[in-house]
Amino acid sequence: MKLKVQNLVKKFNSIIAVNDISFEIEKNSTLGLLGPNGCGKTTSIGMMLGLITPTSGKIYINDTCLEPKNRIELLSFMNFASPYIELPKKLSVKQNLEVYARLYGVEEIDKRVDEMVEDLNIKSFLYKKTGELSSGQKNRVSLAKSLINKPKLLFLDEPTASLDPDVGDFVREYIEKYKKNNELTILLASHNMKEVERLCNKIVMMKQGEIVDSGTCDQLIKKHGRQNLEDTFLKIARSNYEHR
Amino acid sequence: MNIDKIFALSLRHVYLIKGSFPRILDLIYWPTIQIFLWGFISKFFTLNSSYFENTVGIILSAAILYDFLFRSSISYNMMFLEEIWSRNFTNLFIAPIKISEIIAALTFTAIFRTLIGLVPAALLAIPLFGVSIFKIGIPLIFLLITLYIFGVTLGLLVTSGLIRFGPSFENIAWASLFFLAPLGCIYYPVEILPDWLQIIAKLLPLVHIFEEMRNVLIHDIVNYYQILKAIIISFIYFVFGIVIFYLSYEGAKNRGTLINMGE
Repeated sequence: MKLKVQNLVKKFNSIIAVNDISFEIEKNSTLGLLGPNGCGKTTSIGMMLGLITPTSGKIYINDTCLEPKNRIELLSFMNFASPYIELPKKLSVKQNLEVYARLYGVEEIDKRVDEMVEDLNIKSFLYKKTGELSSGQKNRVSLAKSLINKPKLLFLDEPTASLDPDVGDFVREYIEKYKKNNELTILLASHNMKEVERLCNKIVMMKQGEIVDSGTCDQLIKKHGRQNLEDTFLKIARSNYEHR
Repeated sequence: MNIDKIFALSLRHVYLIKGSFPRILDLIYWPTIQIFLWGFISKFFTLNSSYFENTVGIILSAAILYDFLFRSSISYNMMFLEEIWSRNFTNLFIAPIKISEIIAALTFTAIFRTLIGLVPAALLAIPLFGVSIFKIGIPLIFLLITLYIFGVTLGLLVTSGLIRFGPSFENIAWASLFFLAPLGCIYYPVEILPDWLQIIAKLLPLVHIFEEMRNVLIHDIVNYYQILKAIIISFIYFVFGIVIFYLSYEGAKNRGTLINMGE
């Protein structure tokens, strides 16, 4: 699925959270949405998921403009994972996956749940209550939920935040592997620059609600005369950015 | 509306109840306590008053019906609050499920939770106090339906508040029914209220429901016009509740509060 964001603006009273951003994600590619905390990444994702009504601007998914009347239809091809939202704690992992498979209208629910369980190594805690899982286990379950409907467009908000290097690497490797074998476009918001370098084809840098730069990792590193993406991020984040 | 999705959302709450004995116990506990409390109070009044021949029966029946209303509303609120407490709110609202399907799922599942609490309490009243709510007969079905519609409406209004104001609205969820109880004329006739308050009270379906319950139990007469009036008033409130829910949802989308609502 192709995603196109055109002149998107979100104002909360007098505060401009997102100011006239435009970008595109090509089908089957991964775009990294970067920027310091509070720069408008989550608000932008919220608008792309139809959870937040934009003040102005358009969001196109495969050339179809996201609107209230087609939101439900488009959502069935999309999904979202974030460590900041959780699944019902008192339900077992299996129950959660089953409920979400039904909500997304998945056919052959058991088969799909089994696939996710196998792929993400969930079997050992499948019948455990979700609230009793470790961060790493919760993260894998959240990823399983986000892929349960075989989405064509996936939003990942800091998917490896608070994970140890081993689990973090497992998640990144899995996303890479899954993407290779499936048709999937990803928008990744992350503060882990190594993760962004590894997974993203293109980067959009945001600051104070605006896009301040964009390009491939190499292009941005070269443009800002830095050694790696982390230093490039710091340079952009700490600079006094002037309006375009 | 998609029945499978409504079922899926109901299933989430059935799993929750099924997997937790304390939750089931909690559902049964409060209605039973109500029955004990009002049963003994009204038994005392029967022995010391000549107002009603059947004080226990009337007050206890009122307590059971009021509890049915209370449970249906609280069940609705609780299921919604569960989504907030478990920080599942965003996951739910990005799933391809319509608002009408969410309302339908909560409405149908609330009856399940309500009956778990009510049936044991109603049955317990028979051997303990010799009071059977089932004596009301066929009208009982209509009274319960009306109470349920109104209970769900109150649930809708409270959940609208939760969407609009966030989890801080939770206390209102608990207090909402106590606010209406005095006006509902649950345990006393509407004539007890001052004239001006009677006018307001009659705008609520509760007055008509409980007046009719007393009418059936005291005079053994069924006034279907009164029941119909209660159903229509409840239904008007229900439609109003749905409109408010949609407005709150749109408002929350504008304010961006759906994406990170949690504890």
